[in-house]
Amino acid sequence: MSARELTLPPDARPASNFRPTAETLALLREKARFVRLETIRLIEVAKVGHYSSVFSAAEIFAALYYDVMDITHGEPRRPDRDRFLMGKGHAAVGLFPILAEFGYIDRETLDNYTRLGNPLGDHPDMRKVPGIDFSSGSIGHALSAGLGMALGGRMQSRAFDVFVMLGDGEMQEGQVWEAAISAAHHKASNLVAIIDRNGFQLDGAVDDVMGIEPLDEKWRAFGWEVHTVDGHDLDALTTLLRQVKADEAREKPCCIIARTLKGKGVSYMETEPGWHLGYLDPSDAARAVEEILNRTI
Amino acid sequence: MNRPLSPNSWQYRELNAKTPGLSHLSDALISLVEAGEPVVAGSADLQYSNGLNTFAARYPERYIQFGISEQNMVTAAAGLATTGLKPYVATFASFLGLLCCEQIRMDVAYCAQPVRLIGHHTGISLGFYGTSHHATEDIATMRAIADLTVVSPADGPQLAAAIKASADYPEPIYFRIGRGREPDVYALDTPFTFGKAIEHLAGDEITIFACGMTVHPALEAARALNAQGHSVGVIDMPTIKPLDRAAILAAAARSQVLMSVEEHNVLGGLGSAIAEVLTDEGAGVRLVRHGIHDEYSLIAPPTHLYAHYRLDAAGIAEVAREAMGLRKAA
Repeated sequence: MSARELTLPPDARPASNFRPTAETLALLREKARFVRLETIRLIEVAKVGHYSSVFSAAEIFAALYYDVMDITHGEPRRPDRDRFLMGKGHAAVGLFPILAEFGYIDRETLDNYTRLGNPLGDHPDMRKVPGIDFSSGSIGHALSAGLGMALGGRMQSRAFDVFVMLGDGEMQEGQVWEAAISAAHHKASNLVAIIDRNGFQLDGAVDDVMGIEPLDEKWRAFGWEVHTVDGHDLDALTTLLRQVKADEAREKPCCIIARTLKGKGVSYMETEPGWHLGYLDPSDAARAVEEILNRTI
Repeated sequence: MNRPLSPNSWQYRELNAKTPGLSHLSDALISLVEAGEPVVAGSADLQYSNGLNTFAARYPERYIQFGISEQNMVTAAAGLATTGLKPYVATFASFLGLLCCEQIRMDVAYCAQPVRLIGHHTGISLGFYGTSHHATEDIATMRAIADLTVVSPADGPQLAAAIKASADYPEPIYFRIGRGREPDVYALDTPFTFGKAIEHLAGDEITIFACGMTVHPALEAARALNAQGHSVGVIDMPTIKPLDRAAILAAAARSQVLMSVEEHNVLGGLGSAIAEVLTDEGAGVRLVRHGIHDEYSLIAPPTHLYAHYRLDAAGIAEVAREAMGLRKAA
């Protein structure tokens, strides 16, 4: 990623009253670490999984579930809860441990991830897993589903917000742009897209496979309010998400481009995009765990 | 300069006035709203073709215009349904049943969202608009999707009755409908039951199974043949999935030969679904499958195409006569 891309525009500089306290930040750091460690533990059960796709999004998961979103422990279907959808459904292994912490799925179910008949597979399934707001796995659908939820909420005068995490490779799907143009037209201001801009997809660097830049200009041109943020800077990320959620005056849908690092937290994954999908022998997993425990992100 | 246009001239927005049959969809949805149902409707730049402009004018706050983005519309409808609304979304069957096949599978049926998909102008009813606008594969694609009900109403009144009956139906539904110009088979407010065949005529020599726009000409053909001394039955199969197996087996026991007729490819459609039941049960009776025989339709006005493909009354009678020639030995 170039230095230019990492330089944040002024709109990413947080308004101070939305900043999390040091205590909150410490909690969110711990939760992001928890997501990474649980991902390694669960992929050991499945013997294959998307480590680095979760690692780039770990801070986003932590900020949304443990700070920003209006959700309730033990009540995954409360009608006025905020919704979360994953266009990059292959990172669900990082979300399942959070859902277990919220009491939506039990511990034994979590521990039997991907085993015969278990509701938890590589991709999230709303029919089987309480707390999954929409099934995914076929890249490109989630923003449309989130748009439907946002419009449904507005039609019924309900105050919830809809957060849709999208992969950057997902930008290559045409349906994303159908949803983008439609959300802006319908002024779906309760819809927030978060793009995990980790720069890689299965076949290599996004810019090599099928370039998507200038991403911020594209979303702005489609009629969205756009923010760019360092997706691992929990202070900036949480502040921005709080600010976006609190903004009642916004008439547009909001797109957050989270600049992230594929595999963030495990050094050898950060330099090898092949870890999009793979398996760590327990000896290597132990090294990864050690790094995650000892590094501060 | 300001000479008034001839009464023979018409433009797209006058389509409703010109085609009264288009009113059934909107009227049925309006009656559901009036009954307190949380109905919302969506269309993809075809609101005058499916008549939803009437619903949109009446309940603008319950109507979503999606523009020419059918896939986005189908997935968004599933999202709407998760919030407790009952979305009815409509576009040409060629786009809904084929272009949006994966969205219907993944987001509607797999997610078990009670979305009602209305594929209109199905079969070859768009005539000289050509293959891009024809849908002779949508029964095949839709009935292969688990947890999706497939309904092919014969006319406007049956569509209206099925729409009204759908309010509390638990599964998502794909409605395959015509262009609003089918002659009526049913009286308004004839009750509709999902999964039930409707026997119009019982026949010892042959039973013709029909759905959608082929029901009316099949009845005409049967009456003509019966007037000549034949014993021809006709069963309307408005629900293609789940199929009324008992009705098929009863006809198989009674008639010497069976025939299916549909505005669809003979591969994968109603005839195939009936054949599956007959072989499952070892019914041992011949089924002649009539429809579009695995080809792309010629260009012509619809009525010319129906005559060419023997899907009008005269054509169906001719195929039925041929089928009766194949009847099992007494």
